[in-house]
Amino acid sequence: MNIVVCVKQTPARDSLLRVDAAGKWVSEDDLNFEINEPDAYALESGLQLKEQHGGEVTVLCAGPARAAQTIREALAKGADRAIHIAADHLGALDPLGLAKLMAAALRDEKPDLVLTGLQSDDLGYGQTGVILAELLGLPHATIIMQVEVEGGTLQVKRELEDGWFQHVAMPLPALLTIQSGISKLRYATLMGIKRAKTKPVRTVSAAELGDAATPVLEVARVYAPPRGKRTQLFDGDARESAARLVEKLRFEARVL
Amino acid sequence: MIQASSPSFPPFTEEHELVRQSVKRFCLEEIAPFATEWENAGEYPRELFHKAAHLGLFGIRTDPKWGGAGMDWWASAAAYEALRFTDFPSINIGFMVQADLTVPLIDELGTDELRKEFLAPAVAGKRIAALAISEPGCGSDVAALRTTAREDGGDFVISGQKLWITNGVNADFLLLAVRTAEDRHHGISLLLFPTETKGFSVGKRLKKVGHVASDTAELFFDECRIPQRYLLGRRNRGFYYIMGHFQGERLATAMLVLSFMDRSMELAVQYGKERQAFGRRLIDNQVWRHRLAEHRASIEAARWLTYHAADLMNHHAKADREVSMAKLVTTELAQKVTYDCMQIHGGFGYTTEYPVSRIWRDMRLYTIGAGTSEIMKEKLAKQEGW
Ligand SMILES: Cc1cc2nc3c(=O)[nH]c(=O)nc-3n(C[C@H](O)[C@H](O)[C@H](O)COP(=O)(O)OP(=O)(O)OC[C@H]3O[C@@H](n4cnc5c(N)ncnc54)[C@H](O)[C@@H]3O)c2cc1C
Repeated sequence: MNIVVCVKQTPARDSLLRVDAAGKWVSEDDLNFEINEPDAYALESGLQLKEQHGGEVTVLCAGPARAAQTIREALAKGADRAIHIAADHLGALDPLGLAKLMAAALRDEKPDLVLTGLQSDDLGYGQTGVILAELLGLPHATIIMQVEVEGGTLQVKRELEDGWFQHVAMPLPALLTIQSGISKLRYATLMGIKRAKTKPVRTVSAAELGDAATPVLEVARVYAPPRGKRTQLFDGDARESAARLVEKLRFEARVL
Repeated sequence: MIQASSPSFPPFTEEHELVRQSVKRFCLEEIAPFATEWENAGEYPRELFHKAAHLGLFGIRTDPKWGGAGMDWWASAAAYEALRFTDFPSINIGFMVQADLTVPLIDELGTDELRKEFLAPAVAGKRIAALAISEPGCGSDVAALRTTAREDGGDFVISGQKLWITNGVNADFLLLAVRTAEDRHHGISLLLFPTETKGFSVGKRLKKVGHVASDTAELFFDECRIPQRYLLGRRNRGFYYIMGHFQGERLATAMLVLSFMDRSMELAVQYGKERQAFGRRLIDNQVWRHRLAEHRASIEAARWLTYHAADLMNHHAKADREVSMAKLVTTELAQKVTYDCMQIHGGFGYTTEYPVSRIWRDMRLYTIGAGTSEIMKEKLAKQEGW
């Protein structure tokens, strides 16, 4: 089975984020970067499927030179080769523009399965994978928690709202967007890290891939949510107050 | 115009960064959350050796032919750096014995037959190794060791006692120093000794001030018979192998201690920023700012001395002097650094719940183990020709 896993490099989760001078994105000066969390699970799913069914895992990553580190990590974990779309200003593209570049980079590949993360930790559009499926003419399913391949058919489990799941059978080839936290991520072993150096990485510039679509989305302003304190008192009996408190915590504060 | 470029020394690459990240995640997920529980239990699961082996920690510089990664001392340096995130030096010493006290010596001196039987399974974490040199009557003075191996037919028959042996309770085999002739220096040999051998027994597990979850054992040999093919290297050359090998052990020790100095500084700074007293953060007091700044500078100096020693080791150059200095400087400095990092924690630092107290207790070992500070100084003085 030939599997393509799309991975993005995003600021490390423990980063201290500061808005940049133009107020349109975060300042990248002192940031550390890492693999986008859901993409790490997409990669893990791809590697597990390869272990079960044989074949090859190809990593597709669009990003500036520093993204080479994330590509190397994916190769160290067990991916066989990589395609790096070298582009410095991906932030200027919207999901359609980016998906066009990715589809073009996959033009000569014949993947049986394309995996992406559900969304990226930085922009969080949740659209890139879905649009890529459309451009590649593949069926897709989103928020996948479990993937099994049985004789040319995919059996997947989707996460719905409120603890509901949906089991879907779908044909191959296909594209799936993978949810975070669905399995234990493997470690890049030292032997894997050493071997990664010898694995092929094809670098293509965004320009070589043809025009990306003119963005239809524009980021107007990036800012941190204003900090404030609001106190709300519930009167009424304890039972009723508790019920209202739970509702607030669940639907407004979203901490439950 | 001056071109900005990354410094060429130390030659850390993207590859080393991946090693750091992977080892750090391993520590944060597999070890640190359980450290206090294992510390209280006085032991940790054997399974950790399998996990660490799978990650590749025991064969960093070993030929891939035997399951290693075939990297060099810089990869070891990167791994040690990240291993501070265990917050649990009891494990680090166990791993160090496997990775840097036993595996490299078997790799260097072993025949392919011995490598297959002992090295490969040690790298794979299937067999736990211990280095058994010290005895009740000999520590610094290695040439005084008395555990003997006499030849009998095609076998060695071993009798005697070892003390202070890290991993001694759990070991599947020992890299064992024995007396095979009278001569102090020319009468010692190294053997690979399977612990299932008849007549071998483990005495008590020693109770210690620190490293309480690391098994440090007393070992007894009563007419233990092993085949002569388990001789490692040449007969009666053991003392010189040990002295040569100590370089790697001491360099690894310096790296381990450096990483825990870094860790205790991280914990101290974090606490200093959180804790308020007299209306300001502890770290806002000049006395702490300056004391920690001084430690930062000293640690950095110790680090570069250690890097220099690592560079010489990588080039197979004579590194005796620099390694002894690095061992001496890092382990002595660690006493001051961990003391102050504990001090800034106040009463909390004196409880066993805070990793900083564990690091303080455990780092106390290292001016003693792997060659005492006095012995390091004696070596240096001798080299100076005094
Ligand atoms: C937790 C722990 C783990 C250990 N793990 C191992 C292991 O895995 N394998 C192993 O073989 N050993 C191990 N050891 C033993 C360790 O290497 C010895 O304790 C160390 O070498 C010191 O030997 P000693 O304890 O016999 O002290 P001694 O050699 O008796 O020294 C006592 C004191 O006298 C000083 N001294 C000795 N000679 C001189 C001199 N010429 N001039 C000035 N001062 C001198 C020493 O510096 C020291 O301060 C371990 C020890 C500990 C505590």
